[in-house]
Amino acid sequence: MIVRELDLDLDAFEGPFDLLLTLVLKEEVDLADVDVAGIVVRFLERLAERDALDLDACGEFLVLVAALLELKARGLFEDEAAELSELEPEEAAEELARRLAEYRRMKEAAGWLAERLSSERDRFFRVGPAPFAPQPERRLAQQDPESLANVVRLLAAEPPAVSLAHMELRFPPVAQFLERFRALLARRSVFDFDSELEGLSRAEQAIAFLALLDLRRSDEIRISQAAPFAPIRVSKVGQESAAVNERTNAWNVRSA
Amino acid sequence: MERPLRLVTANPLDQLARTLEALLVVASAPLPVEELVAATEDDRERVELALGLLGERYHEGRSGIVLESVAGGWAFRASRDAAEACGRLFERPVQRGLSQASLETVAIVAYLGPCTRPEIARIRGVAADSAVAGLVERGLITEAGREDGAHGGAVKYKTTPMFERVFGLESLSQLPRLDDLPGDVDDLRERLHAVAEQRSA
Repeated sequence: MIVRELDLDLDAFEGPFDLLLTLVLKEEVDLADVDVAGIVVRFLERLAERDALDLDACGEFLVLVAALLELKARGLFEDEAAELSELEPEEAAEELARRLAEYRRMKEAAGWLAERLSSERDRFFRVGPAPFAPQPERRLAQQDPESLANVVRLLAAEPPAVSLAHMELRFPPVAQFLERFRALLARRSVFDFDSELEGLSRAEQAIAFLALLDLRRSDEIRISQAAPFAPIRVSKVGQESAAVNERTNAWNVRSA
Repeated sequence: MERPLRLVTANPLDQLARTLEALLVVASAPLPVEELVAATEDDRERVELALGLLGERYHEGRSGIVLESVAGGWAFRASRDAAEACGRLFERPVQRGLSQASLETVAIVAYLGPCTRPEIARIRGVAADSAVAGLVERGLITEAGREDGAHGGAVKYKTTPMFERVFGLESLSQLPRLDDLPGDVDDLRERLHAVAEQRSA
């Protein structure tokens, strides 16, 4: 018998055993959902169909199932693994017996419930959501029919057109920033673009950047940035070399 | 003060019984006696007596409607004689196709609840997520707070009145005692030791 070809029909998986192992190793099937006892039962059934005991198959199966069980136990009870590994064999057997007994009782209880369900199958009753509690009654004072007519008249009137003004994005013209930067460069040969934008909205910052690109296109400025996301320095054309010389000198002085 | 003589003596509980009958026919879930007392604005003792009268009238074999004490309250159901006809017309989605996994899970919640999914998984040895989700959807169990924990512990679950009604229980105390269910540690211990001895022999 080839263990890997063992056909399985479990809640979480249907197919050959080796496919299950592959899926478990690839983490496409959660071992926590796999009923390992079901696999063992299926193997025993197949084993019982044969007269001779296939020791090789049994050995291979034991190794595979033991590995599966260990993986599953670690997955299910991560916290307990350390705690249980400290137990003496006697204590571990005791703990195992206690847990098996607990599960056996619950299995029996489930059996009792199944019998109960079967004996109660001819009980039909109404099922529905809980009825609403009564709302406190609101008593209205005597009303004037004319005021009702007035309200209805209000409802019948054409509603005012809904204004979408608040949804418009307002952009300042690019020219405004062009003027601002030119004025700035008239006073200072170099300025820091980022600090000029402080307090502006995102839309305004975008327009300011367009103005910057426009100035660069018309060759009025040079733009430099030490590293990605570093402050952008803007310098007036013609002033740039002077600024560079100034920086180089300063660097030479500092490093000397 | 003397009461006036009446030629036909009606049972003084008749009117109350009729009111209770009406309340029970409108209700879609069992009504506890306290709620019946509040709705009828009558004495608890009289309400219980009137329920007794109704119980005699709506009895299996005597009426197509049967009054039963279930899930901590009183409710009408169809008589068992009519089950076949009811089955042809009405579906029972709560009971249909309850798997072994669902029954074991609901048993654990009924006996040990409120309990969390990890606790259920620990007893059953398989993840309880889908069984728990299915039982919540059927209305047999429901959330009952969370475990204590730094970031809010695992959700705890308990059975609902619907569970008791579906299984025909007056209350959870009608479940067999856990100690009476076979799960003898000594027996298991002996078997484990026997296996160990066989292995070492």
